[in-house]
Amino acid sequence: MRYLVTLKVTVQPEGPPPADLMEAIVKLGQQATESGALLDQSGLAPSAEGARVEVSGGRLAVTDGPFAEAKELISYAIYEVRSKEEAVEWASRFVRLHRDLWPGWEGEADVLRLFAPEDFAPPA
Amino acid sequence: MTVADSHRAVEAVWRIESARVIAGLARMVHDIGLAEELAQDALVAALEEWPRRGVPDNPGAWLMLTAKHRAIDQFRRRDTYERKLQEVGRDLELRQDAAADDLDDALDDPIGDDLLRLIFTICHPVLPAEGRLALALRLLGGLTTEEIARAFLVPEPTVGQRIFRAKRTLADKRVRIELPPPAELPARLASVLEIIYLIFNEGYAATSGDDWARPSLCQEAMRLGRILAGLMPDEPEVHGLLALMEIQASRIPARTARDGSPVLLLDQDRSRWDRLLVRRGLAALGRAEELGTLGPYGLQAAIAACHARALTAEATDWERMAALYRLLAHVAPSPVVELNRAVAVGMAHGPARGLEIADALRDERALRGYPLLPAVRGDLLARLGRDEEAAAEFARAAELTRNERERALFHARATALLPQDAPRA
Repeated sequence: MRYLVTLKVTVQPEGPPPADLMEAIVKLGQQATESGALLDQSGLAPSAEGARVEVSGGRLAVTDGPFAEAKELISYAIYEVRSKEEAVEWASRFVRLHRDLWPGWEGEADVLRLFAPEDFAPPA
Repeated sequence: MTVADSHRAVEAVWRIESARVIAGLARMVHDIGLAEELAQDALVAALEEWPRRGVPDNPGAWLMLTAKHRAIDQFRRRDTYERKLQEVGRDLELRQDAAADDLDDALDDPIGDDLLRLIFTICHPVLPAEGRLALALRLLGGLTTEEIARAFLVPEPTVGQRIFRAKRTLADKRVRIELPPPAELPARLASVLEIIYLIFNEGYAATSGDDWARPSLCQEAMRLGRILAGLMPDEPEVHGLLALMEIQASRIPARTARDGSPVLLLDQDRSRWDRLLVRRGLAALGRAEELGTLGPYGLQAAIAACHARALTAEATDWERMAALYRLLAHVAPSPVVELNRAVAVGMAHGPARGLEIADALRDERALRGYPLLPAVRGDLLARLGRDEEAAAEFARAAELTRNERERALFHARATALLPQDAPRA
């Protein structure tokens, strides 16, 4: 099963992320890669550099960032695991690092399953 | 959180940590069977404790420490393990003095040597392939005996027996849990790669049907391949095998039609290929190429990459593929490779050239009864306009195959080649 884990920040303390945190994130990423679970990941540039394409009332609109939401999407990761709980465990380890190494930081990780061929398998 | 929920959470941690825990214990007790038992005991303890107290911050270290304490308890009770007690005791004394951080590091086994030793021991050539397969899935993949049995379509007790016998053989033959000496490394690594690829193929051969236990073997094999690539980053064939598996697996979504019938590679809807796996596979192939000369797995991956890189079937670089098959036939000669070369040459340089190669295989004993030999010849003959001979070859292929869907495919091709007024078979 493949899961997309997105990380959103709600409260970000002033200043750049602590070096310890960045180091721990790299280490955890390496561990998850070497255990065969982490397939892909990337941090995301601020939405100020992005744009939104929206359909509303039958009209297409393109708006440049930053987005107005209180939660900024800052990274994503794709895991190949055998259960939702396993994806949740990896996401928890990732979020725990932020809790432990960046006091005051608050945020959330969404764990979402990606559809796979078996979701569209013909009835046997 | 219900009890079932928290049990699943414990199992998730187990899945992530078990191989390393077993590997660390195996180093201490010098016995894979005992290491697994101890790790299982720790799992049972976790299932009791974690739902009440919560999952510890370093669950791997918790499992390892718990298992170690059990080991000591057990050795104290059993006189026969006197020698081992001393070994473990010495090990512990040394470690008790170490700071907590050092202990964590030891438990994390950052270099992964314990795990690598376990992998080489499990895949030791003294064991039959079926024993190595079952042990690898159980100890490295964290699968239950029941899951392995379902995946291999054999009764659960059979798998239990294979695991039991494999462990006993390792003990009887006094196989040491260690890395192979440099001189033996190539052969021993080949044995490891063989097992991973066998697991993969077992799943790949079964990517249709409603029981996903079998296709999930592809995931298990790729996971083992990724672990190995992390442990042996300088071995080109490790990356070569990983590339081969990821590129092949990228086609799984496209290789079965809605009605369950197989879709040949050149007829597949390439928009359904798994682009993430293609990208990862090509990256792994790139690493294998950087590290040196491609071996048999790397070459097969490079061949698979010719398909993966082509956005349409027409864009396939057949010349490159034919050249790669030539190299593959050189490093790992086999009649099947030669037959594949006939196909690639037939596409790159015309059916007559391909047929020359395929015809030379007609007396090959290993291909006697192999349906793809007449099928390939049939295809090449048809492209040369020799319809009657081609139809006969496809009829022969249909006769030989044991796969019903494949038979229907060959029959259809034979029928289409016969003149309209000819009686139908």
